[in-house]
Amino acid sequence: MPFIPHTPRDVSEMLGTIGVPDIESLFDEIPAALRVRSLEGVPEGLNEQQLMQLMRARARMDGQPLCFMGAGAYDHYIPAAVWAIVTRGEFYSAYTPYQAEASQGTLQTIYEYQSMIAALTGMQVSNASLYDGATAVAEACLMAVRANRKSRSQRILVPRSVHPSYRAVARATASNQGLVFEDVRFDGASGQTLLAGLVDWEKEDVTALVIQQPNFFGRLEDVDALTDWAHARGALVIAVVNPVSLAVLKPPGEWGAKGADIVVGDGQPLGCPLASGGPYFGFMTTRMEHVRQMPGRIVGRTVDLDGRPGFTLTLQAREQHIRRGKATSNICTNQGLLMTAGTLYLSLMGAEGLERVAKACLQRSQQLVAALTALPGVRALFGAPGFHETVLQLDRPVAPVLAALAAQGIQGGVDLARHYPELGHALLVCATENRSSEDVASYANALSTVLSGQRAA
Amino acid sequence: MSEIPGDLKYARSHEWVRQLPDGIVEVGISDHAQHALGDLVFVELPEPGRELSEGEACAVVESVKAASDVYAPLAGTVTVVNSQLQGAPELINQEPYAGGWLFRMKPNAAGSESLLSAADYAAIAGA
Amino acid sequence: MEQPQPNPLKPPAMREPLIFDYSRPGRGALGLWPADSDADATLPAELRRKQRPLLPEASELDVVRHYTRLSQLNFSIDTHFYPLGSCTMKYNPKACNAAAMLPEFLGRHPLAPPEHSQGFLSCMAELQDMLREVTGMQGIALSPMAGAHGEFAGVAMIRAYHRARGDLGRNEIIVPEAAHGTNPATATMCGCVVREVAVDAEGDVDLVALRAAVGPKTAGIMLTNPSTLGVFERRIEAVARTVHEAGGLLYYDGANLNAILGKVRPGDMGFDVIHMNLHKTFSTPHGGGGPGAGAVGVSARLLPFLPVPVVGRKDNRYVWLDEQDLPQSIGRLTGFNGNAGVLLRAYVYMRMLGREGMHRVGEYATLNANYLSARLQQLGYEAAYPTRRASHEFILTIKRLAAERGVTAMDIAKRLLDFGFHAPTTYFPLLVPECLLIEPTETESRETLDAFCGAMAEILRESADSAETLKRAPYHMPVRRLDDVRAARELDLVYKPDAP
Repeated sequence: MPFIPHTPRDVSEMLGTIGVPDIESLFDEIPAALRVRSLEGVPEGLNEQQLMQLMRARARMDGQPLCFMGAGAYDHYIPAAVWAIVTRGEFYSAYTPYQAEASQGTLQTIYEYQSMIAALTGMQVSNASLYDGATAVAEACLMAVRANRKSRSQRILVPRSVHPSYRAVARATASNQGLVFEDVRFDGASGQTLLAGLVDWEKEDVTALVIQQPNFFGRLEDVDALTDWAHARGALVIAVVNPVSLAVLKPPGEWGAKGADIVVGDGQPLGCPLASGGPYFGFMTTRMEHVRQMPGRIVGRTVDLDGRPGFTLTLQAREQHIRRGKATSNICTNQGLLMTAGTLYLSLMGAEGLERVAKACLQRSQQLVAALTALPGVRALFGAPGFHETVLQLDRPVAPVLAALAAQGIQGGVDLARHYPELGHALLVCATENRSSEDVASYANALSTVLSGQRAA
Repeated sequence: MSEIPGDLKYARSHEWVRQLPDGIVEVGISDHAQHALGDLVFVELPEPGRELSEGEACAVVESVKAASDVYAPLAGTVTVVNSQLQGAPELINQEPYAGGWLFRMKPNAAGSESLLSAADYAAIAGA
Repeated sequence: MEQPQPNPLKPPAMREPLIFDYSRPGRGALGLWPADSDADATLPAELRRKQRPLLPEASELDVVRHYTRLSQLNFSIDTHFYPLGSCTMKYNPKACNAAAMLPEFLGRHPLAPPEHSQGFLSCMAELQDMLREVTGMQGIALSPMAGAHGEFAGVAMIRAYHRARGDLGRNEIIVPEAAHGTNPATATMCGCVVREVAVDAEGDVDLVALRAAVGPKTAGIMLTNPSTLGVFERRIEAVARTVHEAGGLLYYDGANLNAILGKVRPGDMGFDVIHMNLHKTFSTPHGGGGPGAGAVGVSARLLPFLPVPVVGRKDNRYVWLDEQDLPQSIGRLTGFNGNAGVLLRAYVYMRMLGREGMHRVGEYATLNANYLSARLQQLGYEAAYPTRRASHEFILTIKRLAAERGVTAMDIAKRLLDFGFHAPTTYFPLLVPECLLIEPTETESRETLDAFCGAMAEILRESADSAETLKRAPYHMPVRRLDDVRAARELDLVYKPDAP
């Protein structure tokens, strides 16, 4: 029996100790009519060897295509040491660190993570992570409503240049608590959110403004102007950022005159494999004055009975298991294993290594855009690339082009027709440091073939 | 055994009320309440000038194991808050009826029917 | 009194510094850095970072040694028996990890087109099917990323259902007083009001109280079965009838699914919506606090409201169905598809168990719990519900010992650490004073359970002979009991280089 160690002798002796004749007797409190007879819909079990054969076959079906997609999940090189350590049983199969004496490894790792993410984002304090970037945005909006005492409207302004999934998740999560989300248009020529797009709210009560940097199109926003605009109107600023880009870009703690108030984003670029969409981790940092409004777990350093330093979960009174109906959130997990991977990645790369990665991303994406826009029928929609993603406009519908590329094992980018039909035949392409010059050339050659083989629209 | 000074009035939700000169009242939480909470780590107080209705949640006292709401025992307006509690929330544990006062308020003329005498409060919260 | 043997897995007592303490200017894992470039010259000057963030400057060996040593300070399933009630700390098979980390799965972008996704999506589709079968529900959504997230989806679906029927007055969620804290927190997050009902002395929901609590404002009830008290809700059919007749729906908190896997199905008990904790019942790793996966299942009337995306079939292949395919969906709750790697691990686990293996989970989890409960009671511990069968977990109450000897559940929990056992869940459910909630799971051997009983027997003796010893336990862990009052009063939440 897989994973069950009992021998028949164990079973009979244990039943004797309990005082029942068989295991079925232990279920005698359950009404007979409810008892399951057989699970026909579940196939018979496989032994490990059969199982691995099955999984390898499934994996082979998907192969390893060349990836130029981004849109919130990025293919970065992950050092071998990261997962060698993260998959150690002591990290992998440990529980939430409620018994602090038995969890100092996890707790100290979280403390170090909090320190690194706060430093990277230019803020004063961090939590132990949230589910992902999208839910972190939702939690930030709820937190802004709690923290912004002067605003009553619960109105959150969200530029359309913010990731469409993040906007959808914020709405799905927070609308039930009375938050009002309002779209802010972006400028069609630059792909940026300009102050001109905010005129409708010049004199309104706004609780928070969300600013994503780089934005979904890979463009860089004028974060100082946007931040100051919000603060001048008593609104809080929620910054949504890419952690690798923070190695070369000004952190939100330094935006505008006063800095952003709440910073969130997805930590996937830091040591988390693409893995079909997850697990990733969401990060959240803020100012010290808002620490009690921050959801999720927080670790603090303290001392033990002998005066030795140690780490423990703190500020738990805000959390679900104590506050119950009045909690800051119902969240009772952090993405522990992924946060650990992120901590290891940042420790191995350091500030200078991260800076090299960011610069390599810039270089490779500039190279990619140059190669692709050299082809007839391909232009960069918004001008110069921002960080590592760029919107290209094709002279024909994107979907068939992508299908043709996919048939050659190349994932050419993300078709924007669904979420941004106003941009025409728009394609979001991405190149990280994990794409080589040869990869870029392969893509350009394949695209050239596809475009000359098919007709223009 | 919890202390319940005889010269104060009490709410069922464990707040105490002390009459001060000029119609002002002082509000805090009882010895029973501070003992149940344990060592206090943080206090969130209302803004001076805020208008409260009777029974409205107006402050939060937080310990390691619980964060409890404090309810306004009377309707009225907050006049001053005890700023000492920012740096020293433990004052509530040490002196719940003296240095650990939370805030003062000017009650509305109406007053309250539901405040308990020390003896009645002892019946629900005494030793 | 003889000192207990030190835990042989504990490393020499030595405080591991912070990773920042290894930093030296100019040091770093240079072998991991890409070549330098000046590509950042294209960035506008006012947007550029002026000062490097404070991150470690350590060698690769420093980092590897530091985090390896930190890991050795942890208890984990791989190293210790971990009888945490309601957490289902069962063995995480290594094969699940090996399969999920096959390079094709690991490197796959979430937005990969269907032609590059049939392998992964077929696993997801089959996972949906298997979960449907074992829960007796009609539809499954895999995207919620934790139990609490699944709860949110469930309550949001209940609200959406009532609104779609034009019944806007239903905003009350009934919760038994013993419920897990996420239940009322979730209800509030969904804009609902919580109404608690009492549980009787035997641990079942008080039907009289329930009948008084339901009415035209009832959106639904959140229950787990077996309950948080570790016992089966015997009158579940009557509870279901009562709530349904009042127009409300039944929500099942799947935290305790391990007790009944393969024996009873929530769909058959009348539940309209359930969430599962794949990181409990289906053995995906706890990871030191996540990632989890809180897949949800629904009855037919809630199918239109499932959160997106869900796996479906179009043009003879598997695809993700989204908002366009499910226009009444409560919406998207995750950036991409949820915790895909966790879902893959759960799929592998279920394929290895197979249909016979599912039955055995509930059987052996229940056998182990009843055995442990019987032995501990024989030793002199007091069960909270001695007349009831244990499900996959049971509660001991220490209140008598607390009164007689001044020893608390917390003291016992801390002393168990010295014996090399992780403590059970303490002080949950709040309803039972001084309680220990103990869940051995089916993957533990009888010898492990007996060793645990040995430690508990020793602790009982210590509580009589030297209660003071217990009050200051643990003694053999990397740290003694921590000052959590100081942790909350003097917040030290990030490393500061100039701090003492």
